[in-house]
This record gives sequence, structure tokens and C-alpha cells, in this order.
Amino acid sequence: MSVVARNAGPSAGSRPDYVDDVTRAFMVMAVFWGVVGFTVGLVIALQMVFPALNLDREWTTFGRLRPLHTSAVIFAFGGTALIGSSLHIVQRTCRARLFGGAPLGWFVFLGYQFFILVAATGYLLGITQSKEYAEPEWYADIWLAIVWVAYLVAFMGTILKREEPHIYVANWFLLGFILTIAVLHLVNNTSIPVSPFGAKSYSAYAGVQDAMIQWWYGHNAVGFFLTAGFLGMMYYVIPKQAGRPVYSYRLSIVHFWALVFLYIWAGPHHLHFTALPDWAQTLGMVFSIMLWMPSWGGMINGIMTLAGAWDRLRTDAGLRFSVTAVGFYGMSTFEGPVMSIKAVNALSHYTDWTIGHVHSGALGWVGFIVFGTLYYLVPVLWGRERLYSQRLVAWHFWIATLGIVLYITAMWVSGIMQGLMWRAYDELGFLQYSFVETVVAMRPFYAIRALGGLLYVAGSLVMAYNLWRTMRGEAADEAPRAPAMAAARA
Amino acid sequence: MSFRHHVIEKNVVLLAILTLVTISIGGLVQIIPLFAVESTIERVKGMRPYSPLELMGRNIYVREGCYLCHSQQVRPFKDEVERYGHYSLAAESIYDRPFQWGSKRTGPDLARVGGKYSNDWHVEHLNDPRALVPESIMPGYRFLSQRPLKAADVADHLKALRVVGVPYTDEMVANAAADLAAQADPDADPDGLLRHYPKAVVAKFNAGNPALTEMDALVAYLQMLGTLVRFTELSPADLRQ
Repeated sequence: MSVVARNAGPSAGSRPDYVDDVTRAFMVMAVFWGVVGFTVGLVIALQMVFPALNLDREWTTFGRLRPLHTSAVIFAFGGTALIGSSLHIVQRTCRARLFGGAPLGWFVFLGYQFFILVAATGYLLGITQSKEYAEPEWYADIWLAIVWVAYLVAFMGTILKREEPHIYVANWFLLGFILTIAVLHLVNNTSIPVSPFGAKSYSAYAGVQDAMIQWWYGHNAVGFFLTAGFLGMMYYVIPKQAGRPVYSYRLSIVHFWALVFLYIWAGPHHLHFTALPDWAQTLGMVFSIMLWMPSWGGMINGIMTLAGAWDRLRTDAGLRFSVTAVGFYGMSTFEGPVMSIKAVNALSHYTDWTIGHVHSGALGWVGFIVFGTLYYLVPVLWGRERLYSQRLVAWHFWIATLGIVLYITAMWVSGIMQGLMWRAYDELGFLQYSFVETVVAMRPFYAIRALGGLLYVAGSLVMAYNLWRTMRGEAADEAPRAPAMAAARA
Repeated sequence: MSFRHHVIEKNVVLLAILTLVTISIGGLVQIIPLFAVESTIERVKGMRPYSPLELMGRNIYVREGCYLCHSQQVRPFKDEVERYGHYSLAAESIYDRPFQWGSKRTGPDLARVGGKYSNDWHVEHLNDPRALVPESIMPGYRFLSQRPLKAADVADHLKALRVVGVPYTDEMVANAAADLAAQADPDADPDGLLRHYPKAVVAKFNAGNPALTEMDALVAYLQMLGTLVRFTELSPADLRQ
């Protein structure tokens, strides 16, 4: 397919007048929100080591900053990168100008950024629905729904007027992401405002039903926002960077349908051993384990796309991010099913193990696939020959990777330790540890985690600098890495 | 492939419809029965809607993101039942909109914290957690002790909840402001309040400040958590889901 050829352009005739300035704006804001979101994460990680950093002011306590961190990284950083790159991908793979042109594109961009601002300032003021990853109140939810419909119209409209006969596989995943998020958002956020002029609302659902609907939403925010969407990104960027077609077309069909069917069932594994009826918990566990297969289908398809092009890892440091991202994706999607087994979950739930699992997915998979995409797209969108510096990309890669390793190992130790301490009995048959003793035991690991976070933030600053110089059209004076074959001959 | 997947690959409307059908199945199977099957909620006595002061306190609990570090869901394990009390029932959160089960225990579970500590302990602990628990990493919430509770619209809150199905009566809505004031005033006549909301704890929770503060509401909420169900009147059959 022409879409996977390197520098794919129209083979003959005119190049469609792509809407690229909107995509450029999305990329700039993705870098900005990334740095902001990671930094807030570092701040709250430090608050858990040094509680005085809460400052005991209402706007700076952990309880208000934590939703700011999660929303800033998932929806501001991840969402901005995802929507922006999807608008690039859909235009290039359909060889068609964005439906609705620049006006619709700018509406989606500005509308989404406005949503982020409204949600983020609301968190600091204590405006929240308290549904994790769906904290914005009813008025912000309505605004997001409007923006999302505009996004769907732009995306599907572009596919409808495509010049290519087939809809490229990346677009299946992106369409699945857009549609499913719309359904999840509308159902989970149904609520009644106390007054049309006030922020507060009450959920349309209560207790056990509310919990089920929230984690049906919450797990599929992971499944469709953080997985299907970024798989769409992977299916475009890795073939582009590697200069190879997707490894297996049949595998992409099978794992697409299996993924979208199975993911939606996995929510109840967030509610093991709660008051949710057992039958629902068991369904959630069984489908979570089955989900391992389509997840690894995607991983295999991504990594094996490099077959015959592994030497590019030496010369293209951006590709290293994309491929390592897929590796982390494979690791998280193995760990997830393990943690969904009830016997394991009995130990892991409510502990830092969950936090470590989420971050191996968020920092390793989502973060790295976005970094790989930014390193690929920024030179393309700004019409530059190459990045400012490959060497800085390599620095970013190793700093960030080290940061992730520190983060997730610290959380494994801290989480498993706390889970074991909660259930430990002494020789007389009494609970061995008070709760606060577990808090004390976790402190060194919270410090290691914060150090990991600091490295990740530092890496993102290196990236921001590198991309800024690239946008300005500068190129560092550095010798290109010798290609693999030349090295082998030497 | 024999079933001609390329038909789907060339028709975005078909692709979208098939995707929507595929993603709908799991959610429908898991969510609809929770509303339809009567045994989802255990058959227990004692549950009642939140009193106006407790409700305002709960909204502060939500506002400050307490659920991010404290769960309200005791699991049926020996160690948890010994540490926190009887495991949590679905019936105990029927008036929770939204639910506050949480997903992380940076601090201990609070599902049954009601009555375990004195009002003064809670106020002092929220003002300055490390004054009472030196190793605690909880933020301090002294500003709650100083800020007057804004509750002029408390009846509107009850009305909104009634729209989504919480059984507040006309009398409860009409007396919302009076009941709210009565719960924080030990000198007031508590009869109306206790008739509407049995077991409501009446006290000037934040004794250090004569005004009705946000701290009063939050502690009123904490002190009722997990105290409503009459566990002594339960048989195992009542708990079957």
C-alpha cells in the first residue's frame, strides 16, 4: 500500500491541500501539556515523601492536584497528541484534505484546549464529580461532547471522501477510539445539576451500579483512549519510521475485532471482592485474561514490522521510542491480566502495585509512542530535513527509560510489601502491623519513585528543546551515526 | 479470507456500525442486570438518605478528593474484617451518588470509621494530621475549620437527589435547613432531625469555632460512615446476592 512507503506522497498528480497548521498547533500543545502533566506528577510524588509540600492550602493539597496530574497527562498530553496525529494520519492515509477544512480543524483544536483549561482550573477550585478520569463536572462534559462530535465529523468525513480504496488499519483503531469514548463519556457522566448556574451535580446512578458504570468507563478509557487510539498511532508511525509495511494484515484484522469486543468486558476487575455481585467480577476476570491475546497480537504486529529494518534502530533514535513503547505495551498487557486474577488482585488492589502498573503503561507505552511520533512528525510537519539533534533524542531515550525502571520497580516493591503487611499476623494471632507502619515502610520507595519521575520530566525538557530547535529549522553539527552495514565492514 | 473483510474496509459507515455493536455487548451484559436483578442489593434494615449536614460534609469529602487515598469498601478478608469491621454491602451505598469506594489506600479504609474516634480527634487530626499521627503523610485541612459552611441551597440538593430517585419526602425537603442547623447544635430540639434521619449524630463537631463550619459538616459525615445497617438483625440469607 502506498501509505506505508517512505515519504508516501501522491504518486502522480496533485498533492491534496492538507490542513497541517492545525496539526502543528496540536503538536506544540502536546509537548507543553506533557511537560506540565509530568511536572505535576513529580510534585504530588514529592508530597508523598514530604507531606509539608501540601502547604495545607486548599489549592495545593494532593487531593486536588492528583486529578490535575491524571487529566493533564491522559487528556491534555495524550489526547492532544492523539487527536492531532489522528488528523494527520487520516488525511495522509486517505489522500484527502480534512473534512470541514481548517475551520473545523481549528474548532476541534481550540474547543479541546478550552475543555482542558475549564477542567484543570476546576480541579484546583475543588470542582469534581469524583469519578476517576471523569472528574469534570456536567457543563465541561457537555462542552466536550460537542467538541467530540465535531472531531468525529471531521475524521469520518475525511474517510468518506478518501482517494484510497481501502480504509487503512490505523483508521479502524482511531475510529473505534472516537466512537467508544463518545459512548462511555455520555453514559458515565449522566448526572443532574443542583442548579443550572452551579457546578455541582449528582450522578444518575448510585452505589454498586455507579461503581460498575464508572469502571466500565474507567477501564475502557484505558482500552480505547490509551490503547486503541495509540495503536492507531503505532500502525501509522512505525511503518513510516521503519520504511516497511505492517507485518501481518490478517493479524491486524483479528486483533482489532478481538480487542474491541473483549476490552469492554474487563471493567469489573477494578471491583474484585467489593459489593459488586460475584458473577460480574468473574466475567471481568475471565475477559481480562482473554484480552492478553489480542493485546499481544498488536505488540507482535508492531515489533515485527521492523523485520528486515532493525538496522534503523541504530540511526533513528525516534524509532527506538516507538519500538520500546510497543515493548512496554506488551509488558503492561501481560501484567494487567495477571493482576485481574482474583487471587493476585486480593494482594495488589488498593496498593502501589496498581500505580506502578498504570505507569508502565502510561510512561512506557503512551509516553514513548507519543515521543516517537513527535520525533517523526515534527520534521515532517515543519518541512525540515531532519531533527535538530539525534544525540539529544538518544539522551532523552536513556534518561526516560531509566526513570521508568526506577518508577515501576519502586512501586512493585512498595505495593507488594504493603499488601503483605496488611495481611500479616504475629505468632499470637493478632494483626502484626498498624496501618501507619505500612506508610512508614513505603517512604524510601516513594523517594525512589519521585527520582524516577524527575528523570522522566528532565527527558521531556530535553525533547521540548530539541523539537523547538527543529521547528526553527536548525540542525546541530553532529556526525551522523554510521549505518549498520558500514559498521559491520569496519 | 473467505468472509470478505474487505467489504468492511471499504465502507466507513459499516465499519462504524459494526464497531458500535461489538463494543456494546459487554457493557449491556454487565450493567443491565445490576439494575434488573433484585438480589443485587442485600435485604438489610437501617439504611436512610444522608441528613442535610452529612450530605454537605460528603460534598466536601468529594471536593477535597479524599477518595483518592481512602477507600470505603471493606473486602471480605479476615485481616480487613479485623482491621475495619464487617465487609461492605452493596446496600450500604444505595444513596451514594457518586459511589466513594475508591481505588487506593494510601490511608486506611473509611467505610466504617463512624464512631471509632471522637469528634475532637477528627477535628484535630484534620487540622494537623501529624500532631496526632507523627508518621502520617496526609495533608492538613485547617482551612475547613475556619470557613463557614455555605448551605443556603441545601434544599435544592435534596430536590436534585429526589429527581434521580433518593426518597427524600416533601417534609424532609421543607425542613432541610432546620435539620442541618439542628444537627450541629446540641441545644436545639433534635426530634425532627432524628425522625427524618434516625441515628444522626448531633454535636457541635468543630468545638473550636462557634460558627457552623465546613469542618462540622465533614466530621458529621465521617461519624455516620458504616453505622446505619443493623447487623445484629441479619441472617446469612439476607446477604445473598
